[in-house]
Amino acid sequence: MAKNTLSSRFRKLDIDEFDENKFVDDHDEAVDNQGPDGAEIDNLIRQGDMMTAFHIALRNPPVITKNPAIKERALAIVLRVLTSFKSSDIEPAVKSLDRSGVDLLMKYIYRGFEKPSDNSSAILLQWHEKAFAVGGLGSIVRVLTARKTV
Amino acid sequence: MSLYSFGLEPLSCHAWNKDRTQIAVSPNSSVVIIYEKKGNEWAKIHELTEHSGRITGIDWAPDSNRIVTCASDRNAYVWTLKDKVWKPTLVLVRINRAATFVKWSPLENKFALGSGARLISVCYFEKENDWWLSKHIKKSIRSTVMCLDWHPNNILLAAGSSDFHCRIFSAYIKEIEDKPGPTAWGAKMPFGEMLLETKDCGGWVHSVSFSPSGDHLAWVAHNSSISVADATQGKEMTQLTTDRLPLVSVLYVSPTEMVAAGHDCCPFQFSYKGPGSLKFVKKLDIPKQTSRGSMSAMQHFRNLDKKATDDESNELGCLHQNSITQLCIVSGTKAHVDKYSSVGLDGTPVTFNMAPS
Repeated sequence: MAKNTLSSRFRKLDIDEFDENKFVDDHDEAVDNQGPDGAEIDNLIRQGDMMTAFHIALRNPPVITKNPAIKERALAIVLRVLTSFKSSDIEPAVKSLDRSGVDLLMKYIYRGFEKPSDNSSAILLQWHEKAFAVGGLGSIVRVLTARKTV
Repeated sequence: MSLYSFGLEPLSCHAWNKDRTQIAVSPNSSVVIIYEKKGNEWAKIHELTEHSGRITGIDWAPDSNRIVTCASDRNAYVWTLKDKVWKPTLVLVRINRAATFVKWSPLENKFALGSGARLISVCYFEKENDWWLSKHIKKSIRSTVMCLDWHPNNILLAAGSSDFHCRIFSAYIKEIEDKPGPTAWGAKMPFGEMLLETKDCGGWVHSVSFSPSGDHLAWVAHNSSISVADATQGKEMTQLTTDRLPLVSVLYVSPTEMVAAGHDCCPFQFSYKGPGSLKFVKKLDIPKQTSRGSMSAMQHFRNLDKKATDDESNELGCLHQNSITQLCIVSGTKAHVDKYSSVGLDGTPVTFNMAPS
Protein backbone atom coordinates (compact mmCIF):
# COMPACT_ATOMS: atom_id res chain seq x y z
CA MET A 1 0.00 0.00 0.00
CA ALA A 2 1.21 3.50 -0.76
CA LYS A 3 1.95 5.72 2.20
CA ASN A 4 0.43 9.20 2.29
CA THR A 5 3.42 11.51 2.63
CA LEU A 6 1.45 14.74 2.23
CA SER A 7 0.79 16.81 5.33
CA SER A 8 -2.50 16.12 7.07
CA ARG A 9 -2.29 19.02 9.51
CA PHE A 10 -5.32 20.55 7.84
CA ARG A 11 -7.42 17.76 9.32
CA LYS A 12 -6.89 19.17 12.80
CA LEU A 13 -8.42 22.50 11.80
CA ASP A 14 -12.09 23.02 12.78
CA ILE A 15 -13.37 24.92 9.75
CA ASP A 16 -16.73 25.64 11.38
CA GLU A 17 -15.08 27.96 13.91
CA PHE A 18 -14.12 30.29 11.06
CA ASP A 19 -17.58 30.37 9.49
CA GLU A 20 -18.88 33.90 10.01
CA ASN A 21 -22.47 32.75 9.54
CA LYS A 22 -22.17 30.08 12.17
CA PHE A 23 -25.37 29.69 14.15
CA VAL A 24 -24.97 30.40 17.85
CA ASP A 25 -27.78 29.73 20.28
CA ASP A 26 -29.47 32.66 21.94
CA HIS A 27 -27.40 33.64 24.92
CA ASP A 28 -29.69 33.29 27.89
CA GLU A 29 -28.79 35.75 30.61
CA ALA A 30 -30.79 34.01 33.31
CA VAL A 31 -28.75 32.60 36.18
CA ASP A 32 -28.88 28.87 35.78
CA ASN A 33 -29.91 26.26 38.28
CA GLN A 34 -27.16 24.27 39.91
CA GLY A 35 -28.85 20.92 39.99
CA PRO A 36 -30.35 19.09 42.96
CA ASP A 37 -28.68 18.98 46.34
CA GLY A 38 -26.81 15.70 46.72
CA ALA A 39 -26.72 15.65 50.53
CA GLU A 40 -30.44 16.25 50.86
CA ILE A 41 -31.20 13.46 48.39
CA ASP A 42 -28.89 11.05 50.24
CA ASN A 43 -30.75 11.72 53.47
CA LEU A 44 -34.10 11.08 51.90
CA ILE A 45 -32.98 7.86 50.24
CA ARG A 46 -31.65 6.60 53.57
CA GLN A 47 -34.96 7.42 55.20
CA GLY A 48 -36.74 5.57 52.39
CA ASP A 49 -38.76 8.59 51.25
CA MET A 50 -38.31 7.93 47.56
CA MET A 51 -41.13 10.14 46.31
CA THR A 52 -39.73 13.33 47.87
CA ALA A 53 -36.22 12.42 46.78
CA PHE A 54 -37.58 11.97 43.27
CA HIS A 55 -39.28 15.36 43.20
CA ILE A 56 -36.27 17.17 44.62
CA ALA A 57 -33.96 15.44 42.17
CA LEU A 58 -36.03 16.80 39.29
CA ARG A 59 -35.98 20.34 40.59
CA ASN A 60 -33.46 22.91 39.33
CA PRO A 61 -32.22 21.06 36.27
CA PRO A 62 -28.98 22.60 34.95
CA VAL A 63 -30.30 23.12 31.42
CA ILE A 64 -28.79 26.48 30.54
CA THR A 65 -25.22 26.06 31.69
CA LYS A 66 -22.65 24.61 29.32
CA ASN A 67 -20.47 23.42 32.17
CA PRO A 68 -20.24 19.62 31.85
CA ALA A 69 -19.22 19.14 35.49
CA ILE A 70 -22.49 20.57 36.80
CA LYS A 71 -24.49 18.49 34.36
CA GLU A 72 -22.62 15.28 35.23
CA ARG A 73 -23.19 15.87 38.92
CA ALA A 74 -26.91 16.46 38.46
CA LEU A 75 -27.19 13.42 36.21
CA ALA A 76 -25.44 11.19 38.75
CA ILE A 77 -27.79 12.30 41.52
CA VAL A 78 -30.91 11.75 39.43
CA LEU A 79 -29.74 8.32 38.28
CA ARG A 80 -29.03 7.31 41.85
CA VAL A 81 -32.60 8.17 42.75
CA LEU A 82 -34.06 6.42 39.70
CA THR A 83 -32.11 3.21 40.25
CA SER A 84 -33.06 3.06 43.94
CA PHE A 85 -36.76 2.91 43.12
CA LYS A 86 -38.75 -0.30 43.47
CA SER A 87 -40.45 -1.39 40.24
CA SER A 88 -43.91 -1.07 41.71
CA ASP A 89 -43.32 2.52 42.82
CA ILE A 90 -42.33 3.78 39.38
CA GLU A 91 -45.81 4.25 37.99
CA PRO A 92 -47.21 6.42 40.81
CA ALA A 93 -44.04 8.51 40.72
CA VAL A 94 -44.45 9.21 37.00
CA LYS A 95 -48.15 9.96 37.45
CA SER A 96 -47.31 12.62 40.04
CA LEU A 97 -45.41 14.69 37.49
CA ASP A 98 -46.81 17.40 35.24
CA ARG A 99 -46.20 17.68 31.49
CA SER A 100 -42.85 19.45 31.70
CA GLY A 101 -41.79 17.11 34.52
CA VAL A 102 -42.36 14.10 32.28
CA ASP A 103 -40.33 15.77 29.50
CA LEU A 104 -37.50 16.42 31.96
CA LEU A 105 -37.63 12.83 33.26
CA MET A 106 -37.43 11.55 29.68
CA LYS A 107 -34.31 13.70 29.11
CA TYR A 108 -32.62 12.19 32.15
CA ILE A 109 -33.65 8.66 31.13
CA TYR A 110 -32.02 9.02 27.72
CA ARG A 111 -28.91 10.53 29.29
CA GLY A 112 -28.84 7.54 31.60
CA PHE A 113 -29.03 5.20 28.59
CA GLU A 114 -25.88 6.75 27.19
CA LYS A 115 -23.63 5.22 29.84
CA PRO A 116 -25.11 1.94 31.01
CA SER A 117 -23.81 0.51 34.26
CA ASP A 118 -24.43 -2.95 35.77
CA ASN A 119 -28.17 -3.05 35.84
CA SER A 120 -29.15 0.56 35.30
CA SER A 121 -30.52 -0.18 31.85
CA ALA A 122 -33.13 -2.58 33.16
CA ILE A 123 -34.61 -0.14 35.64
CA LEU A 124 -34.28 2.74 33.17
CA LEU A 125 -36.25 0.76 30.62
CA GLN A 126 -39.04 0.37 33.15
CA TRP A 127 -38.93 4.10 33.81
CA HIS A 128 -39.00 4.69 30.07
CA GLU A 129 -42.06 2.50 29.61
CA LYS A 130 -44.02 4.35 32.28
CA ALA A 131 -42.90 7.79 31.15
CA PHE A 132 -43.77 6.94 27.54
CA ALA A 133 -47.26 5.90 28.57
CA VAL A 134 -47.82 9.40 29.95
CA GLY A 135 -45.70 11.55 27.65
CA GLY A 136 -46.12 9.72 24.37
CA LEU A 137 -43.95 10.15 21.31
CA GLY A 138 -44.01 13.91 21.82
CA SER A 139 -41.88 13.67 24.96
CA ILE A 140 -39.26 11.62 23.09
CA VAL A 141 -39.29 14.10 20.18
CA ARG A 142 -38.66 16.88 22.69
CA VAL A 143 -35.61 15.01 24.04
CA LEU A 144 -34.25 14.96 20.50
CA THR A 145 -35.02 18.57 19.59
CA ALA A 146 -34.18 20.32 22.84
CA ARG A 147 -31.27 22.75 22.63
CA LYS A 148 -31.23 23.08 26.41
CA THR A 149 -30.17 19.59 27.46
CA VAL A 150 -29.58 18.20 30.92
CA MET B 1 -63.92 13.15 2.72
CA SER B 2 -62.65 12.19 -0.68
CA LEU B 3 -59.32 11.09 -1.92
CA TYR B 4 -57.73 10.37 -5.26
CA SER B 5 -54.32 8.87 -5.76
CA PHE B 6 -51.96 10.62 -8.16
CA GLY B 7 -49.39 7.86 -8.06
CA LEU B 8 -46.73 6.71 -5.67
CA GLU B 9 -44.53 9.79 -5.60
CA PRO B 10 -44.77 12.02 -2.54
CA LEU B 11 -46.47 15.33 -3.26
CA SER B 12 -44.29 18.20 -2.09
CA CYS B 13 -46.90 20.90 -2.45
CA HIS B 14 -50.25 21.67 -4.04
CA ALA B 15 -52.50 24.59 -4.97
CA TRP B 16 -56.09 24.89 -6.18
CA ASN B 17 -57.47 27.22 -8.82
CA LYS B 18 -60.34 29.60 -8.05
CA ASP B 19 -63.30 27.27 -8.60
CA ARG B 20 -61.42 24.20 -7.34
CA THR B 21 -61.79 22.32 -10.61
CA GLN B 22 -58.06 22.21 -11.14
CA ILE B 23 -55.21 21.30 -8.85
CA ALA B 24 -51.50 21.95 -9.40
CA VAL B 25 -49.22 19.44 -7.70
CA SER B 26 -45.56 18.61 -7.77
CA PRO B 27 -44.60 14.95 -7.40
CA ASN B 28 -41.30 15.62 -5.61
CA SER B 29 -39.58 16.58 -8.89
CA SER B 30 -38.88 19.66 -10.99
CA VAL B 31 -42.23 19.64 -12.78
CA VAL B 32 -45.65 20.90 -11.81
CA ILE B 33 -48.60 18.91 -13.09
CA ILE B 34 -52.06 20.44 -13.35
CA TYR B 35 -55.00 18.07 -13.17
CA GLU B 36 -58.59 18.91 -14.03
CA LYS B 37 -61.59 17.28 -12.48
CA LYS B 38 -63.61 15.32 -14.99
CA GLY B 39 -66.52 13.68 -13.24
CA ASN B 40 -65.03 11.55 -10.49
CA GLU B 41 -61.62 11.33 -12.09
CA TRP B 42 -58.76 13.75 -12.41
CA ALA B 43 -57.18 14.16 -15.87
CA LYS B 44 -53.75 15.66 -16.47
CA ILE B 45 -54.09 18.77 -18.61
CA HIS B 46 -50.82 20.69 -18.24
CA GLU B 47 -47.24 20.06 -17.31
CA LEU B 48 -45.09 23.03 -16.27
CA THR B 49 -41.44 22.25 -16.88
CA GLU B 50 -39.14 25.20 -16.48
CA HIS B 51 -37.43 24.55 -13.19
CA SER B 52 -34.24 22.56 -12.98
CA GLY B 53 -34.48 21.78 -9.29
CA ARG B 54 -37.05 20.14 -7.06
CA ILE B 55 -40.16 22.30 -6.69
CA THR B 56 -40.61 23.40 -3.09
CA GLY B 57 -43.61 25.72 -3.34
CA ILE B 58 -46.64 26.38 -5.55
CA ASP B 59 -49.28 29.05 -5.05
CA TRP B 60 -52.22 29.79 -7.34
CA ALA B 61 -53.69 33.30 -7.17
CA PRO B 62 -57.45 32.77 -7.51
CA ASP B 63 -58.52 36.12 -8.97
CA SER B 64 -55.65 36.95 -11.30
CA ASN B 65 -55.22 33.28 -12.23
CA ARG B 66 -51.44 33.30 -11.97
CA ILE B 67 -49.33 30.51 -10.56
CA VAL B 68 -46.05 31.17 -8.79
CA THR B 69 -43.62 28.30 -8.31
CA CYS B 70 -40.30 28.16 -6.51
CA ALA B 71 -37.69 25.45 -6.47
CA SER B 72 -34.35 24.42 -5.08
CA ASP B 73 -32.70 25.84 -8.20
CA ARG B 74 -32.86 29.30 -6.52
CA ASN B 75 -35.46 30.52 -9.03
CA ALA B 76 -39.11 31.47 -9.00
CA TYR B 77 -41.40 31.68 -12.00
CA VAL B 78 -44.77 33.38 -12.39
CA TRP B 79 -46.96 31.51 -14.85
CA THR B 80 -49.81 33.13 -16.80
CA LEU B 81 -52.31 31.32 -18.97
CA LYS B 82 -52.13 32.50 -22.60
CA ASP B 83 -54.08 30.65 -25.28
CA LYS B 84 -54.57 27.66 -23.01
CA VAL B 85 -50.83 27.34 -22.41
CA TRP B 86 -49.04 28.34 -19.22
CA LYS B 87 -46.17 30.71 -19.99
CA PRO B 88 -43.43 31.25 -17.40
CA THR B 89 -41.84 34.57 -16.48
CA LEU B 90 -38.63 34.49 -14.51
CA VAL B 91 -38.60 36.50 -11.28
CA LEU B 92 -35.28 37.97 -10.15
CA VAL B 93 -35.32 36.88 -6.55
CA ARG B 94 -31.56 37.26 -6.10
CA ILE B 95 -31.04 34.44 -3.65
CA ASN B 96 -27.98 32.22 -3.49
CA ARG B 97 -29.64 29.24 -1.84
CA ALA B 98 -32.74 27.18 -2.56
CA ALA B 99 -36.19 28.70 -2.25
CA THR B 100 -38.35 26.93 0.31
CA PHE B 101 -41.81 28.49 0.29
CA VAL B 102 -43.87 30.94 -1.76
CA LYS B 103 -47.22 32.66 -1.13
CA TRP B 104 -49.28 35.27 -2.97
CA SER B 105 -50.45 38.19 -0.87
CA PRO B 106 -54.22 38.50 -0.27
CA LEU B 107 -54.57 41.20 -2.97
CA GLU B 108 -52.29 39.25 -5.33
CA ASN B 109 -50.16 42.27 -6.19
CA LYS B 110 -47.01 40.75 -4.69
CA PHE B 111 -45.74 37.48 -3.31
CA ALA B 112 -43.28 36.46 -0.63
CA LEU B 113 -40.59 33.83 -1.08
CA GLY B 114 -38.72 32.15 1.75
CA SER B 115 -35.29 30.71 1.13
CA GLY B 116 -32.34 28.91 2.62
CA ALA B 117 -30.31 32.10 2.10
CA ARG B 118 -31.71 33.32 5.45
CA LEU B 119 -33.87 35.96 3.83
CA ILE B 120 -37.37 36.58 2.55
CA SER B 121 -37.75 37.97 -0.95
CA VAL B 122 -40.89 40.08 -1.48
CA CYS B 123 -41.54 40.35 -5.22
CA TYR B 124 -43.78 42.76 -7.09
CA PHE B 125 -44.37 43.58 -10.75
CA GLU B 126 -42.89 46.82 -12.06
CA LYS B 127 -44.94 48.04 -15.01
CA GLU B 128 -42.41 50.45 -16.56
CA ASN B 129 -39.82 47.78 -17.24
CA ASP B 130 -42.30 44.92 -17.46
CA TRP B 131 -40.50 42.67 -15.00
CA TRP B 132 -40.71 41.33 -11.49
CA LEU B 133 -38.53 42.98 -8.87
CA SER B 134 -37.70 41.84 -5.40
CA LYS B 135 -36.85 43.37 -2.06
CA HIS B 136 -35.11 41.42 0.68
CA ILE B 137 -35.95 41.10 4.34
CA LYS B 138 -32.89 39.87 6.22
CA LYS B 139 -33.06 41.42 9.67
CA SER B 140 -32.54 38.94 12.51
CA ILE B 141 -33.14 35.83 10.43
CA ARG B 142 -30.32 33.42 11.20
CA SER B 143 -31.33 30.29 9.37
CA THR B 144 -33.57 28.96 6.60
CA VAL B 145 -37.03 30.50 6.31
CA MET B 146 -39.38 27.51 6.28
CA CYS B 147 -42.87 28.95 6.01
CA LEU B 148 -44.75 32.20 5.40
CA ASP B 149 -48.24 33.56 5.86
CA TRP B 150 -49.74 36.93 4.94
CA HIS B 151 -51.84 39.05 7.28
CA PRO B 152 -55.25 39.99 5.82
CA ASN B 153 -54.10 43.62 5.51
CA ASN B 154 -51.72 42.62 2.69
CA ILE B 155 -48.77 44.24 4.48
CA LEU B 156 -47.67 42.09 7.38
CA LEU B 157 -45.92 38.80 6.76
CA ALA B 158 -45.28 36.06 9.29
CA ALA B 159 -42.25 33.85 8.81
CA GLY B 160 -41.22 30.69 10.61
CA SER B 161 -37.60 29.73 10.45
CA SER B 162 -35.30 26.87 11.37
CA ASP B 163 -33.50 29.16 13.83
CA PHE B 164 -36.35 28.21 16.23
CA HIS B 165 -38.06 31.61 15.99
CA CYS B 166 -41.25 32.91 14.42
CA ARG B 167 -41.31 36.53 13.30
CA ILE B 168 -43.68 39.07 11.81
CA PHE B 169 -42.25 41.55 9.31
CA SER B 170 -43.70 44.40 7.38
CA ALA B 171 -43.64 43.81 3.63
CA TYR B 172 -44.95 47.25 2.73
CA ILE B 173 -43.84 48.21 -0.78
CA LYS B 174 -44.42 51.91 -1.27
CA GLU B 175 -44.22 51.70 -5.07
CA ILE B 176 -47.36 49.67 -5.38
CA GLU B 177 -49.54 50.34 -2.39
CA ASP B 178 -50.76 52.96 0.07
CA LYS B 179 -49.54 53.38 3.57
CA PRO B 180 -51.25 50.89 5.87
CA GLY B 181 -53.18 51.83 8.97
CA PRO B 182 -52.03 50.61 12.39
CA THR B 183 -52.85 47.06 13.46
CA ALA B 184 -52.77 45.27 16.77
CA TRP B 185 -49.18 44.21 16.02
CA GLY B 186 -47.82 47.74 15.70
CA ALA B 187 -48.25 51.10 14.02
CA LYS B 188 -44.96 51.87 12.29
CA MET B 189 -44.49 49.55 9.34
CA PRO B 190 -41.62 50.52 7.03
CA PHE B 191 -40.42 47.71 4.80
CA GLY B 192 -38.51 45.04 6.67
CA GLU B 193 -39.54 46.25 10.13
CA MET B 194 -39.84 43.36 12.57
CA LEU B 195 -42.99 43.61 14.69
CA LEU B 196 -42.72 40.34 16.56
CA GLU B 197 -39.97 37.90 17.37
CA THR B 198 -40.92 34.93 19.49
CA LYS B 199 -38.57 33.43 22.02
CA ASP B 200 -36.93 30.08 21.30
CA CYS B 201 -39.80 27.82 20.22
CA GLY B 202 -37.96 24.62 20.99
CA GLY B 203 -37.77 23.38 17.41
CA TRP B 204 -37.83 24.38 13.74
CA VAL B 205 -40.98 26.30 12.94
CA HIS B 206 -42.64 24.28 10.21
CA SER B 207 -45.75 26.30 9.49
CA VAL B 208 -47.42 29.58 10.47
CA SER B 209 -50.97 30.82 10.06
CA PHE B 210 -52.65 34.13 10.87
CA SER B 211 -56.16 33.99 12.29
CA PRO B 212 -58.96 35.34 10.03
CA SER B 213 -58.81 38.75 11.74
CA GLY B 214 -55.02 38.78 11.79
CA ASP B 215 -54.84 39.34 15.53
CA HIS B 216 -53.58 35.88 16.40
CA LEU B 217 -50.69 33.98 14.91
CA ALA B 218 -50.44 30.21 15.23
CA TRP B 219 -47.39 28.12 14.45
CA VAL B 220 -46.24 24.53 14.81
CA ALA B 221 -42.70 23.56 15.71
CA HIS B 222 -40.68 20.41 15.44
CA ASN B 223 -40.77 19.73 19.17
CA SER B 224 -44.34 18.47 18.75
CA SER B 225 -45.89 21.70 19.89
CA ILE B 226 -48.41 24.21 18.64
CA SER B 227 -48.31 27.83 19.82
CA VAL B 228 -50.34 30.99 19.43
CA ALA B 229 -49.26 34.62 19.82
CA ASP B 230 -52.03 37.05 20.68
CA ALA B 231 -51.63 40.66 19.57
CA THR B 232 -54.65 41.81 21.56
CA GLN B 233 -53.10 40.56 24.80
CA GLY B 234 -49.73 42.21 24.52
CA LYS B 235 -48.32 39.65 22.08
CA GLU B 236 -48.52 36.97 24.74
CA MET B 237 -47.56 33.50 23.58
CA THR B 238 -49.21 30.26 24.61
CA GLN B 239 -47.63 26.94 23.79
CA LEU B 240 -49.21 23.48 23.92
CA THR B 241 -46.89 20.49 23.77
CA THR B 242 -48.52 17.36 22.37
CA ASP B 243 -47.72 13.73 23.00
CA ARG B 244 -47.62 12.89 19.31
CA LEU B 245 -45.16 13.16 16.46
CA PRO B 246 -44.37 16.69 15.23
CA LEU B 247 -46.98 18.66 13.31
CA VAL B 248 -45.85 20.13 10.02
CA SER B 249 -48.72 22.25 8.75
CA VAL B 250 -51.28 24.45 10.50
CA LEU B 251 -54.34 26.26 9.15
CA TYR B 252 -56.92 28.48 10.83
CA VAL B 253 -60.45 27.30 9.97
CA SER B 254 -62.45 29.72 12.11
CA PRO B 255 -61.65 32.61 14.44
CA THR B 256 -60.86 30.20 17.26
CA GLU B 257 -60.29 26.79 15.72
CA MET B 258 -57.29 25.55 13.81
CA VAL B 259 -56.41 22.31 12.06
CA ALA B 260 -52.87 20.96 12.16
CA ALA B 261 -51.37 17.85 10.58
CA GLY B 262 -47.98 16.26 10.31
CA HIS B 263 -46.08 13.07 10.84
CA ASP B 264 -48.99 11.35 12.54
CA CYS B 265 -50.65 11.17 9.11
CA CYS B 266 -53.95 12.65 10.15
CA PRO B 267 -55.29 16.14 10.93
CA PHE B 268 -56.06 17.31 14.47
CA GLN B 269 -58.20 20.16 15.63
CA PHE B 270 -57.02 22.68 18.22
CA SER B 271 -58.82 25.57 19.79
CA TYR B 272 -57.49 28.89 21.11
CA LYS B 273 -59.79 31.08 23.15
CA GLY B 274 -57.39 33.33 25.00
CA PRO B 275 -53.95 33.37 26.65
CA GLY B 276 -53.29 30.11 28.41
CA SER B 277 -56.26 28.44 26.79
CA LEU B 278 -54.87 26.48 23.84
CA LYS B 279 -56.46 23.06 23.78
CA PHE B 280 -56.53 19.92 21.71
CA VAL B 281 -60.07 19.27 20.53
CA LYS B 282 -60.14 16.06 18.54
CA LYS B 283 -58.63 13.90 15.84
CA LEU B 284 -60.28 14.71 12.54
CA ASP B 285 -59.83 11.46 10.64
CA ILE B 286 -62.20 8.66 11.45
CA PRO B 287 -60.24 5.43 11.18
CA LYS B 288 -61.58 2.87 8.78
CA GLN B 289 -63.38 0.10 10.59
CA THR B 290 -61.69 -2.85 8.96
CA SER B 291 -63.67 -5.98 9.54
CA ARG B 292 -61.42 -8.51 11.17
CA GLY B 293 -62.40 -11.90 9.93
CA SER B 294 -62.49 -14.54 12.59
CA MET B 295 -59.20 -16.31 12.90
CA SER B 296 -58.73 -19.77 14.24
CA ALA B 297 -56.54 -20.18 17.31
CA MET B 298 -54.06 -22.11 15.18
CA GLN B 299 -53.76 -19.19 12.70
CA HIS B 300 -53.48 -16.72 15.52
CA PHE B 301 -50.47 -18.46 17.02
CA ARG B 302 -48.96 -19.17 13.62
CA ASN B 303 -49.04 -15.44 12.87
CA LEU B 304 -47.51 -14.65 16.20
CA ASP B 305 -44.72 -17.07 15.46
CA LYS B 306 -44.03 -15.91 11.91
CA LYS B 307 -44.65 -12.20 12.09
CA ALA B 308 -44.58 -11.45 15.83
CA THR B 309 -48.04 -9.93 15.50
CA ASP B 310 -51.53 -11.19 14.86
CA ASP B 311 -52.54 -8.00 13.06
CA GLU B 312 -53.15 -8.93 9.43
CA SER B 313 -53.58 -5.41 8.07
CA ASN B 314 -50.61 -3.42 6.80
CA GLU B 315 -52.42 -0.10 6.60
CA LEU B 316 -52.52 2.80 9.02
CA GLY B 317 -55.96 3.36 10.42
CA CYS B 318 -56.43 6.68 8.64
CA LEU B 319 -56.87 8.03 5.12
CA HIS B 320 -53.27 9.08 4.61
CA GLN B 321 -50.68 6.32 4.71
CA ASN B 322 -47.72 8.60 5.24
CA SER B 323 -46.89 12.00 6.71
CA ILE B 324 -48.98 14.98 5.65
CA THR B 325 -46.85 17.84 4.30
CA GLN B 326 -49.32 20.62 3.49
CA LEU B 327 -52.87 21.73 4.28
CA CYS B 328 -54.85 24.06 2.03
CA ILE B 329 -58.32 25.63 2.20
CA VAL B 330 -60.65 24.24 -0.47
CA SER B 331 -63.94 25.94 0.21
CA GLY B 332 -64.91 28.72 2.53
CA THR B 333 -62.77 31.53 3.83
CA LYS B 334 -60.30 31.44 6.69
CA ALA B 335 -63.08 32.66 8.94
CA HIS B 336 -65.27 29.72 8.08
CA VAL B 337 -63.68 26.80 6.27
CA ASP B 338 -65.99 24.11 4.93
CA LYS B 339 -63.44 21.92 3.24
CA TYR B 340 -59.68 21.66 3.36
CA SER B 341 -57.25 19.45 1.50
CA SER B 342 -54.07 17.72 2.58
CA VAL B 343 -51.22 16.24 0.60
CA GLY B 344 -48.43 14.11 1.88
CA LEU B 345 -45.70 11.65 1.21
CA ASP B 346 -48.15 8.99 0.02
CA GLY B 347 -49.09 10.86 -3.18
CA THR B 348 -52.79 11.07 -2.37
CA PRO B 349 -54.51 14.41 -1.81
CA VAL B 350 -57.45 14.06 0.54
CA THR B 351 -60.26 16.57 0.91
CA PHE B 352 -61.76 16.74 4.39
CA ASN B 353 -65.10 18.26 5.29
CA MET B 354 -65.04 20.47 8.32
CA ALA B 355 -67.83 19.21 10.51
CA PRO B 356 -69.90 22.00 12.04
CA SER B 357 -68.79 22.18 15.65
